[in-house]
Amino acid sequence: MTTATTTSVSLDVRDVHLAFGPNRVLRGVDLSVPRGATACVIGPSGSGKSTLLRTINRLIEPDRGDVLLDGRSVLGDDPDALRQRVGMVFQQFNLFPHMSVLRNVTLALRRLRKLGADEAETVARAQLELVGLAGKANSRPAQLSGGQQQRVAIARALALRPEVMLFDEATSALDPELVKGVLGVMADLSAAGKTMVVVTHEMGFARQVADTVAFMDRGVVLEAGPPEAIFERAEHPRLRRFLDQVL
Amino acid sequence: MDPLSTLWETFFDWDAMREALPEMLTVGLPNTLILAVSAALLGSVLGLLLAVAGISRSRWLRWPARVYTDVFRGLPAAATILLIGVGLAPLGMQVWGPDPYPLGILALSLIAAAYIGEIFRSGIQSVEAAQLEGARALGFSWADAMRLVIIPQGIRRVLPAWVNQLIALIKDSSLVYFLGLVASQRELFRIGQDYAATTGNESALLLAGLCYLALTVPLTHVVNWIDRRLRNGRPATASTEEDDDDIASYAATEGDRR
Repeated sequence: MTTATTTSVSLDVRDVHLAFGPNRVLRGVDLSVPRGATACVIGPSGSGKSTLLRTINRLIEPDRGDVLLDGRSVLGDDPDALRQRVGMVFQQFNLFPHMSVLRNVTLALRRLRKLGADEAETVARAQLELVGLAGKANSRPAQLSGGQQQRVAIARALALRPEVMLFDEATSALDPELVKGVLGVMADLSAAGKTMVVVTHEMGFARQVADTVAFMDRGVVLEAGPPEAIFERAEHPRLRRFLDQVL
Repeated sequence: MDPLSTLWETFFDWDAMREALPEMLTVGLPNTLILAVSAALLGSVLGLLLAVAGISRSRWLRWPARVYTDVFRGLPAAATILLIGVGLAPLGMQVWGPDPYPLGILALSLIAAAYIGEIFRSGIQSVEAAQLEGARALGFSWADAMRLVIIPQGIRRVLPAWVNQLIALIKDSSLVYFLGLVASQRELFRIGQDYAATTGNESALLLAGLCYLALTVPLTHVVNWIDRRLRNGRPATASTEEDDDDIASYAATEGDRR
């Protein structure tokens, strides 16, 4: 895979708090992801995992705390510029249905990176090739399976050469037989040294691919560590109960 | 004379139609098209601005859009055309001279914008919030995300309703005759009406009606075709089936690589 490891950075989330009215969704989240490492965030629904991801690329502004890339706070940066450095993949893909697959990938390259049409297309086709969808460039998203759509979404995010990738339950909306292809792309990316935060219910993926697994519950990271520690020697009773339920 | 043949002669007098047809096609049709097309363009642009103002977070945009829509949707079209056409006539006289068309087009546009604004707004608001989030996550500003992703999708969803409005506009274009037209400015309806008045036979009016149908019916079908085309993309080319087992083979190779 050609996604250069050199474009990865370290990510630190420090004491991030966020409340929606009286609902305190994040209550002091800390997460450290070294350059090129993959952190998987697991935990029950409503524990704040997806919200945490959105505070990292500031789709939602945290009330308090800090987010750092390579040790430098990004909360003062232009959020649009930040989001070009931090790619995100969503559970529902969020492809633009009125555009071809190719145009989904070239849009940001052309409008934000100001690449010419030919150059953008070359980059986009190469990226689609990497996710195994070179032949679908002219299709509409609706003509693709969920798994293919998600791989396009990954290609679209990667085309901007982000320094960090965020995955928000990227396989949760997929039929079981399509999950493996998407996880394969993500595993490749991780192996290539992209800094990644992956919110997932795929415990097998977390165990095999993650460098760090963080267990979130009720807006905090209750326990974090290497996968073997989390899956084999979980300390916190809530984590043990959660693992009993999902494994 | 029995009522049926009276009806027939009143509305289906082919000679009367044949007499009106040349003027209908060379004067009436172009004038109707000038009025309707200009007002459709201006009305759609204004409508889009109203739609965006209507969903703005700023009340200083939202409220004027609301009031505008309520007023121009609530007034009878004839009243608006008279108010604008007569009320602004002194101003129009200075800018355009005595030609009633600019003010007529303006009035038609202002009316159409009120309806089209609501149509576009409902379309734009029907686009899932996730689309905006997807665009913002790529680094697009709110304005760019709206312009490139949300508005195009929203408008496509309401094309049929938009066409309804264009059809109404084509028909309402006949109302500019209130503003007083010289012979060469008369549109379809006015020409039909004049022939009917001078001959006492309504066939020319029916002919005008047929001309309106000749505009509106194909318009509906053309836009429906565009609508289908936009929904499905271009007709599928041969290369679409290559990838279906691609998922399986790809997943398999991924498994190996891991």
